[in-house]
Amino acid sequence: MTAIIKRELRALLTGVTGYIFCCFVLVFAGIYMNIINLKQGSANFEYVLGNMGFIFLIGIPLLTMRSLTEDRKQKTDTLLYSLPISMTQIVLGKYIAMLILMLMPIIIVGIYPLILSFFGNIYLPASYGTLLAFFLLGASLTAIGLFISSLTENQAVAGILCLLVGIVNYFLPTIAAYVSRTAFGGALPEFLEKISLFDRFYSFPNGVFDISNLVFYAVVALVFIYFTIQSMEKRRWS
Amino acid sequence: MIEVESLTKKYGENTAISDLTFSIDDGHIYGFLGPNGAGKSTTMNIITGCLAATHGSVRIDGYDIFESPLEAKSKIGYLPEQPPLYQDMTPREYLRFVAEAKKIGRDQISAAVDEVMSKTQITDVGDRLIKNLSKGYKQRVGIAQALLGNPSTIILDEPTVGLDPNQIIEIRALISELGKTHTIILSSHILSEVQAVCDRIMIISKGKMVANDTPEGLEKLFAGKTELSLSVKGSKDAVDGVLGSIDEISDFTSEEKDGITLVTAECANEVNAEERLFFAFADVRLPIIRMNAERASLEDIFIELTKSDTVEETADELDLAAEYGAAVEADAAAAAETAGEDMPVSDEEEGTEQ
Repeated sequence: MTAIIKRELRALLTGVTGYIFCCFVLVFAGIYMNIINLKQGSANFEYVLGNMGFIFLIGIPLLTMRSLTEDRKQKTDTLLYSLPISMTQIVLGKYIAMLILMLMPIIIVGIYPLILSFFGNIYLPASYGTLLAFFLLGASLTAIGLFISSLTENQAVAGILCLLVGIVNYFLPTIAAYVSRTAFGGALPEFLEKISLFDRFYSFPNGVFDISNLVFYAVVALVFIYFTIQSMEKRRWS
Repeated sequence: MIEVESLTKKYGENTAISDLTFSIDDGHIYGFLGPNGAGKSTTMNIITGCLAATHGSVRIDGYDIFESPLEAKSKIGYLPEQPPLYQDMTPREYLRFVAEAKKIGRDQISAAVDEVMSKTQITDVGDRLIKNLSKGYKQRVGIAQALLGNPSTIILDEPTVGLDPNQIIEIRALISELGKTHTIILSSHILSEVQAVCDRIMIISKGKMVANDTPEGLEKLFAGKTELSLSVKGSKDAVDGVLGSIDEISDFTSEEKDGITLVTAECANEVNAEERLFFAFADVRLPIIRMNAERASLEDIFIELTKSDTVEETADELDLAAEYGAAVEADAAAAAETAGEDMPVSDEEEGTEQ
């Protein structure tokens, strides 16, 4: 599996996708920190991250759209299948490589609250708690993106589908506000809010470290990795 | 040692291969022949675990590819029809990746990669990007990849497709060289290639195995008659007269052109008609300028066996072909006899050809 991780990381870093993703995260983290912490003088770094959730809408499709489609296009999937590694290892290897890439800018962003703490009274547990939630939000979205890329052979289709799923997920709380409050005894709007990954993230910048939300992210990630493995296996059977 | 048992693969309604049973013994180069769409690639993909079978089993050195895939896969190296290369890597990086994935020990990777690179002669392009390499070199990188981890069997799917004649010769030489240390299965639809490289031939048609034998065995099986072609300096009438007097010649056609008569004659296989012809023409002082005997070539055998592709066929004929294939496998000599008795179809077909 380490071989797959190394190869995937290499592929992400020899092309432009990895760098674009890192830049994307760093640019927005920089802009928001500048506005919120430096200009407005807020002592809460978590607000910066709270405003940044949307970058995953574009960042995740960028990161995941190639992951499985590229192998199929270049016909390297037959190599992976004929090597003595299991499908689980292939999928996990690719997933972990993307997580490592995602961690790179997040680690850099993680330095910001430390720097800020020299100049003011930053509450670090809230900052790093939110950063962890931010990473897990990304991780669960990556798993969804990975699954989408296992469904198609075309990068663009995978990218656009992933973007759409992200946007719908992002606006679920808004959609929930518009559906009838009494639908299914109020269960429908509640359900929509519950399954929104982004909505769950907003409790963290507000200072509520809700472990159930982190568990939810982890479960979503695991479920979609499982789906991906099954979808790849199915391909061999059809 | 690969044992394939009643392997069947269906794509929806289409049956790609049906009830394929054969075994691959160690230490031979197997040629896997068949017309396009016969199921060669499908079979190879299943043997290497890239595709799942509808039913049937594949055992590699005793490991079932479906039940213990990791052990089974470590025994084979596979080069698919399109070499599965990462275009944005150099051959060296690519081979290192494959070596790591094949679980070659960390300290042996460099040595193993260097070894396969020198075997396939790609050392001097080792640090160029794969996308910039020529097709022949890409093919070699693909073969190098299959060789890593020293698998007992190497499976090559159409390894010479799209190469220029020089590259084809080089790749064939490489395959023959590898055949000394590995069992090789090589698919192709180029007959001369199989004839040049392989010492066992399997012919597959419409998803069924129709023959599995040595090239000589196949030839013996199919050579009922020898076709002699001669050029004799003399008139057509004189030549016909001589030919008519020789008992061994069962049938002949002749044609005169510029004082030279071109003859195509048929005779039974066992008799030595060449000698009789020589003396017969010498007696009447008609010089034979050229004479050669053509025994059934692999090409004829191939066409004969895969004919049902073009001729409208019935299920019975297919069954006959399958029975025939099994007989071939069992005993070439015995099969030769049964072929005459049980296979009126094949005789008829021969008849129409003449």
